[in-house]
Amino acid sequence: MQTFDLEAQGLRELNATLHAQATDTNQTVWDIVNPKGSHAIAVGLDAPIEVNVKGSTGYYCAGMNKQATVHVHGSAGPGVAENMMSGTVIVEGDASQYAGATGHGGTLIIKGNASSRCGISMKGIDIIVHGNIGHMSAFMAQSGNIVVCGDAGDALGDSCYEARFFVRGSVKSLGADCIEKEMRPEHIELLTELLERGGCDAKPEEFKRYGSARQLYNFDVDNAAAY
Amino acid sequence: MKDHDPRGIPHTTPRQSATFTQDANSDIRRAAATGIYDIRGGGAKRKVPSFDDLLFLGASISRYPLEGYREKCETKVTLGTRHAKNPMELDIPITIAGMSFGALSGPAKEALGRGANAAGTSTTTGDGGMTPEERGHSSKLVYQYLPSRYGMNPDDLRKADAIEIVVGQGAKPGGGGMLLGQKISDRVAEMRNLPKGIDQRSSCRHPDWTGPDDLEIKILELREITGWKVPIYVKVAGARPYFDTTLAVKAGADVVVLDGMQGGTAATQDVFIEHVGQPTLACIRPAVKALQDLGMHREVQLVISGGIRSGADVAKAMALGADAVAIGTAALIALGDNDPKWEKEYNELGTTAGAYDDWHEGLDPAGITTQDPDLMSRFDPVEGGRRLKNYLKVLTLEAQTIARACGKNHMHNLEPEDLVALTMEAAAMAQVPLAGTDWYPGKPGTSY
Repeated sequence: MQTFDLEAQGLRELNATLHAQATDTNQTVWDIVNPKGSHAIAVGLDAPIEVNVKGSTGYYCAGMNKQATVHVHGSAGPGVAENMMSGTVIVEGDASQYAGATGHGGTLIIKGNASSRCGISMKGIDIIVHGNIGHMSAFMAQSGNIVVCGDAGDALGDSCYEARFFVRGSVKSLGADCIEKEMRPEHIELLTELLERGGCDAKPEEFKRYGSARQLYNFDVDNAAAY
Repeated sequence: MKDHDPRGIPHTTPRQSATFTQDANSDIRRAAATGIYDIRGGGAKRKVPSFDDLLFLGASISRYPLEGYREKCETKVTLGTRHAKNPMELDIPITIAGMSFGALSGPAKEALGRGANAAGTSTTTGDGGMTPEERGHSSKLVYQYLPSRYGMNPDDLRKADAIEIVVGQGAKPGGGGMLLGQKISDRVAEMRNLPKGIDQRSSCRHPDWTGPDDLEIKILELREITGWKVPIYVKVAGARPYFDTTLAVKAGADVVVLDGMQGGTAATQDVFIEHVGQPTLACIRPAVKALQDLGMHREVQLVISGGIRSGADVAKAMALGADAVAIGTAALIALGDNDPKWEKEYNELGTTAGAYDDWHEGLDPAGITTQDPDLMSRFDPVEGGRRLKNYLKVLTLEAQTIARACGKNHMHNLEPEDLVALTMEAAAMAQVPLAGTDWYPGKPGTSY
C-alpha cells in the first residue's frame, strides 16, 4: 500500500501519480490522506487500482473513472463519479448533487443519502443508494439502474429513457413520462444482484420498479403539456 | 382583374401588409394546420447589422500599404497560450466550428477534417462524440464537451488537441437541441446510447455544474484528466458577451469562443433562431472590452463565429479584436450544401437551393446533413475536403489582401481604426466612426 498526503503534495501531483501507476506492479493500493474536501481527486483513472480517500471530498471525485475502485471514507461533494465508464466508487457518507451524472458504466455505491439530480443523464451506470435520493433524480436518464433503499424526492425519472429505478420507500412524485412498472422475475433477479453488489440489507420484494412510459420518445403535439 | 368596379370607381392597388407579410401569414397557416412550432436548421435569416455594414479605409498618405503577393502578411495564430502545455497552433485564423456526427453524415465530417487539415487549421466535434473517421482525418481536433454528454468518454477526451466546453450556441442561447428520429441510425443511436428512431433531446445546460464558480472546478477536473496539456475553450452564445467573457476568463478558460445569432444549428425552433440572441457584430466589442478590462486581451484568445462568409468578414472580425474566427454554415456550403445543382429535388421538398434548412429531416439532397445511405453516397469526402481547402485558402487570401492594403504585416495587427461604418447601428455596435465622420453613437466624450 502507498500513502499520498494530498495537503502536502498537491492535487496535480496526486492525479499525475495515479495516472502513471504502472500496471505491472503489485503495489496497486493507494491511501490518500488529508483530502480536506479538495476537488477533482482521483479523476480520469484508467487502471485496476484501489484508491482509499481518508476523508471527505469536494467536486467530481473519481470523475470519468475507468477500472479503478475509489473508496471515499467520508462524504462526497457534487458530481462524484460523474461520467464513470467502469470500476467502482463507494461513498461511506452522503453524496451531494449530480452523483453519478452521465455515468456510462461501473457501480456507484452511496452508503448514506444522495442529494438532488442523482443519476442525471445516466448512460449505463448502476447507482446503489442505501439512504434517500433528492429531487429530479434520474432526469433524462438514458440507461442503467438506480437502487434506492430509502425514499425518492420530487420528479423521479423525469423525461427518462430506458433506465430502471428501484425504490423501497416512498416516491414523492414521478417526473414526466415516468411510471411505476411491473416487477417481473428478471427484475427481481437483477435487483438481487444489485443489492448484493451494493452490500444492502434489503429484500428485492420490498421494492417497486419505475421507468419510462415511452410516451414522449417522439414529439407529439398532443403531449405538449407534458414537455 | 378589372381596374374599376361596374360603377366606374377605380380600385385601389392591392396592398400587402407590412406586418402580416406573406412569410408571417405562411407561418400562421402552418401553425394552424400542425399545432407545432417550426423546427429548422441554420442560423438567423432576418437582416441584422452585420460585417457588410463596415468598410476598411485602406492605406493613404498617413498609412502605407504592403505589396500584395510580395510582402509578408502573417496568418498563423496560436490558441490556448494561457495554461495549456500544448497550445493549438494554426496556420490560418479560420477554424471549423463544432458540428455533430448525427446532424452531419460520416463522410461530411471526414471532408471537414480533410479540408481543415489541408488548410492547416482545426475542426471540431459536436453532440454525439468523436468518430474514428473524424479523428483520423483531423490532425487538429477540438473535442466539444456538451451538456448532453452524448458519446462523451475520457478516452476521446485524451485524444483531443483541445477541449471546448459548450455553454451556448448563437442560434439558440439558453436552448438545447433536437435530433429527430429520422436521423437516428443504428450507429448514431449506439454512439448516443439511446434507442434507434426516437427524438433525441440535447440538454440546454450541463448536468453537473451551474454558474461560473462550478465551471472553474469543472475546468480544473478536465485539466487534471488531460494533464494540463490541451487548451480549454469555453463557447458562449451572443447573449451577454461582456459578462460571459469575463466569467469564462475568471473560470480559467484559455480561449473564449463567441457565437452570434447568425451562427447555425442542426435543428431548433425557428422562433428561437430568429428572436433570441444578438448579432455577431454586436458581440465582439463587448467581449474584447471584457478581455481588455481584465488585462487578458491576446492572453486569452477570442474566436468569433456566426455569419462569417468571406475574407472581408474574417478581417473585420479580427480588426474588431478577435484572434480567429470559426465557420460552420459557410463550410457546409463549400462542401455542397444548398447547391443549385439539386434544385429539382429541393423543389420536391417544397423549397429551393439556398433556402433549404430542414436539415433535421435527414432528406438533404446534397448528402451532407443526412444519415440516409443512398443520399450519403452522393457526397464524396475527398472532393468535399478539396473544396473546403480551396474555400479556406480563398478566405485567407482575401483577408490578407485587405490586411496588406491597411499596411499590416500580420492579421492580428488589424485594428478598429482601420474601419468605418455605413450605418448608425453598425457604428454603435462596432464602435467605429460612421463613414465621413469621426463619431459613433456612445463614443466616450460625446453627449450621444
